[in-house]
Amino acid sequence: MSESALPKAPPRELIWGFTGAQSVAFALMLTTLVVAPFVAYPVFLMQVMCFAIFAMGANLLMGYTGLLSLGQAAYYGMGAYVGGYAVQTLHLTPEAGIALGTLTGAAIGAVFGWLAIRRQTIYFAMITLALAQFVNFFAVQDTGFTGGENGMQNIPRGRVAGMFSLHSDLHLYVFALVVFLIAFLFVHRVVHSPFGQVVKAIRENENRAISLGYKPAQYKWIVFTIAAGLAGLAGALNALVTHIVTLTDVGNATSGIVVLMVLVGGIGTIYGPLIGAAIIIAMQYYLASFSDWVTVIQGVIFIACVLLFRRGIIGELAAKLKLAL
Amino acid sequence: MTSSILEARGLSKGFRGFMAVQGVDFDIEQDSIHALIGPNGAGKTTCFNLLTKFLQPTAGTMRFEGQDITALAPADIARRGMVRSFQISAVFGHMTALENVRIALARARGGNFDFWRGEKILNQYNDQAQALLVDVGLDDHADTQAALLSYGRKRALEIATTLALDPRLLLLDEPTAGMTEADVERIVALIRKIRKGRTILMVEHNLSVVSGLSDRITVLARGRVLAAGDYATVSRDPAVIEAYLGSDHSGVDHV
Ligand SMILES: Nc1ncnc2c1ncn2[C@@H]1O[C@H](COP(=O)(O)OP(=O)(O)OP(=O)(O)O)[C@@H](O)[C@H]1O
Ligand SMILES: [Mg+2]
Repeated sequence: MSESALPKAPPRELIWGFTGAQSVAFALMLTTLVVAPFVAYPVFLMQVMCFAIFAMGANLLMGYTGLLSLGQAAYYGMGAYVGGYAVQTLHLTPEAGIALGTLTGAAIGAVFGWLAIRRQTIYFAMITLALAQFVNFFAVQDTGFTGGENGMQNIPRGRVAGMFSLHSDLHLYVFALVVFLIAFLFVHRVVHSPFGQVVKAIRENENRAISLGYKPAQYKWIVFTIAAGLAGLAGALNALVTHIVTLTDVGNATSGIVVLMVLVGGIGTIYGPLIGAAIIIAMQYYLASFSDWVTVIQGVIFIACVLLFRRGIIGELAAKLKLAL
Repeated sequence: MTSSILEARGLSKGFRGFMAVQGVDFDIEQDSIHALIGPNGAGKTTCFNLLTKFLQPTAGTMRFEGQDITALAPADIARRGMVRSFQISAVFGHMTALENVRIALARARGGNFDFWRGEKILNQYNDQAQALLVDVGLDDHADTQAALLSYGRKRALEIATTLALDPRLLLLDEPTAGMTEADVERIVALIRKIRKGRTILMVEHNLSVVSGLSDRITVLARGRVLAAGDYATVSRDPAVIEAYLGSDHSGVDHV
């Protein structure tokens, strides 16, 4: 057998489930995020972190579970509306707002996920899309809650624990960075948990997992709910950052963008969603003057990505360096 | 018949009108090794899929340890102690050999839904997993990604993973197919070793393995039971010789 010539051992864990290379990457990420607000526009950076949280959830579904959802904006948008409503109308603290946004995303995700996971592949994707249309339809109605076409505006950022004002961008940046890091470590923990091991086994060979007594639908449902919760968290945080929630946030384009972020960054990698979010948000900022052409340019980049780096930027980098990132 | 661990009555499965399995009865005796043989396309794998509920039977009933299991989900069948392997090697390719066995052992924890805990908690099964790998001769490959193992070793890993659930009834679909002679001998020795306290139902094409191991044999052809009994009885049965050799009556041993 020639198998002895192949790499035998998987990468060893260094600390808290991170391999050596991942720990270095984490230190790099942390340094960058701490220094970045002094050299770049903080609101831009905060939006990157919001979308990175959103994309990390989508990546749990797409990359780690093998489920493509085309309706993630439903959870993101509803998280944003509820989070915005909580701080603006209920005068709750920002942390309570994002907690409620998270719960909203997770609750809707639990119901929709329960309906969707009974189907496979493209049928699953279509059901998630159809269910998201319901939410979209609800948001368009000017019920006084979502504000319909006007959306929700002038959402205050409030004070953490009723004391520390998040009014300045830098203060909110610290808050957003902490939330992002918690979400990042949480996702990493889910992947490297006993649950994550079963999910991996199911993705590798679903029938074999069933024959060992595991029921895949239960795991897919939990992952779906977690991904929707992260989407709700991201939406609520973004509502604080931008002061507004609009119909775009629950729209199909947003569902498409988060899939794009995962693919561009690197599906099934830990750092891919952040890189994907940074690239796509940067494009939206710097190509804003091209107005409608942004979508076309995004489409071209997407096609180029699929053709040139199938594994996404982090995925290709990891493959080149023979590391897990 | 009271010592049957598994009984099937009138088991049938149609695929769009084509009857792959038709009116099959089984009685698998407790602690026996029962071989299911028959030409390609006879319906052996389909029977496995029915017995483990990976397919829903068109008709028929099944009882495992006296209880009706016809309506159970496949994962529930496994939980009751009736665990199958697959004809096409089924390992978790991007997990190490040790992790493959461990994920089966971890069933003892239940569903492993704790996504907030570190996977280190699974290390409690490392010793047990390693012992199972030793049993199947994979002790040097514990840290190898399963996808990189040779074919024979993948089959051995599957058996180790199946044994990790400590099943009372094992269903092995062609455990030695495509193996080198040395690998076949190792698997036969392994089956002899693990049979204590267990019942084994196996599909097997290698007739020397069948004759050496099995207490009883059921011959399937075109979805029906052609003959059942011990090796001597079955191999002399004219219908079996006919099915295997057409009109040439030179005996099963020469196949
Ligand atoms: N899902 C399916 N849909 C349609 N036909 C099927 C399906 N599964 C099996 N069959 C057919 O049923 C018959 C029995 O197949 P089965 O796989 O059970 O045979 P087998 O005895 O295991 O054969 P082999 O020795 O080649 O493994 C074959 O004719 C096969 O083509
Ligand atoms: Mg078969």
